[in-house]
Amino acid sequence: MKPVAFDYYRPEAVSEALALLSEKGEEAAVLAGGMTLGPMLNLRVVRPRAVIDISRIQALKTITARSNIVVTGAGVVQSDALRANVIAREVPLLVMALPWVGHFQTRNRGTLGGSVAHADPSAEIPLALVVCDGAVVLQSRRRQRRVPAREFFLGALTTQRQPDEMVTALEWPRAAPDAGHAFTEIAQRHGDFAIAAAGCSLRLDKSGRLEELSLGVGGVESRPVAIDAKGFLGCSASDIAAGLCEHAAVSVTPMEDHSASADYRIALTRVLVERAVNDALAMARQRRDRLQ
Amino acid sequence: MTTLHRAAGERFTLHLTLNGQRRSGEAEPRMLLCDFLRHELQAFGVHVGCEHGVCGACTVLLDGRAVRSCTQYAAQADGADIVTVEGLAEPGTLNEVQRAFAKHHALQCGFCTPGILCSVTHFLRDTPAPDEQQVRDMLSGHICRCTGYAPIVAAVLEAATAIRKGS
Repeated sequence: MKPVAFDYYRPEAVSEALALLSEKGEEAAVLAGGMTLGPMLNLRVVRPRAVIDISRIQALKTITARSNIVVTGAGVVQSDALRANVIAREVPLLVMALPWVGHFQTRNRGTLGGSVAHADPSAEIPLALVVCDGAVVLQSRRRQRRVPAREFFLGALTTQRQPDEMVTALEWPRAAPDAGHAFTEIAQRHGDFAIAAAGCSLRLDKSGRLEELSLGVGGVESRPVAIDAKGFLGCSASDIAAGLCEHAAVSVTPMEDHSASADYRIALTRVLVERAVNDALAMARQRRDRLQ
Repeated sequence: MTTLHRAAGERFTLHLTLNGQRRSGEAEPRMLLCDFLRHELQAFGVHVGCEHGVCGACTVLLDGRAVRSCTQYAAQADGADIVTVEGLAEPGTLNEVQRAFAKHHALQCGFCTPGILCSVTHFLRDTPAPDEQQVRDMLSGHICRCTGYAPIVAAVLEAATAIRKGS
């Protein structure tokens, strides 16, 4: 269980990392926290000729609040994000998703950008980014581009990232102060890969009708998916959870693997969406009452 | 360019601080940090279990944080400050956490214990007054197959109280 021999590069600036990526392309693997790439290297699931260690690039570790978004550098460590006041205030869904990511010991090393670049179907950070309708910033020597999260993930471990590109930042839209959020999942053991996960953000109008809704599930399909539920806008909040979970259950095309059948994933979608919607509703009501 | 490059198979000297002392040893790029600590620096308290980040036996404190030493490479830890179970208390003595583990029989075979002790050290620094759920959440990152978790949870909770009283 040792990796194949690789060339080790440790750039100190993004430009140096991009120069290496443009030269090595598919032969290179970008190493940040190593909480996913490390096991894959050790198990020889991947056999890169070169490993580019970006963990010491300080420019990738910043968290910046802009007018409408919070930008997290790709190298921000998960446990640091969990403690950052600006994220707690502006991106509550991410703070709710992070305790589900691996364990205390892996969050101390794993990064936000690494999880997104890796794109495990059941990973929580990609799902949170999809529910928030955030974006992934990709850089290469050729260009810089911004890909909406809902387009970035193509399938299991497959994204829009080209071999010479690196995920350098994530953009999280700031949540409204009266919005409610919830994140929940089912795994065989706490910290294991989720069999299914659900995230929800919503807002209510003054009369308790649904004004905004964003809903997504992870682990069910080969990538995190947003569930289109525009038809529920304007409905009275008191009776949407049952309808939404049925709607979600028929909207997904679940995968089947060693941990769960497709039918089981549909059953979990129904249960988790109902829980997430009800929890988000409770939070939205509480916040609305406090703000009034 | 300030990019550091180590060629595949190249042997190089690595310097870091281990349990308060400046140490150095030989590594190559693919050498796991846990293997470097054991084979080069004789820190045999670093136990190696699954080698893919699941079991938690190899957990050490790296710059103060409890992390797996099997899913990172020695080359990455160049210049780091590492504490292993050997450095948690003066040789021949036990700290509050270790005393509580002995009292509550929180170890049987002891294979998972060094990693757990390193995690608990960081955890109690961040969370000095944890509840049982928080302790169990932290322990979910360690696999213990013989002691059972109940005595470990009891030991961590008692150690937290003892440390709070002592400080």
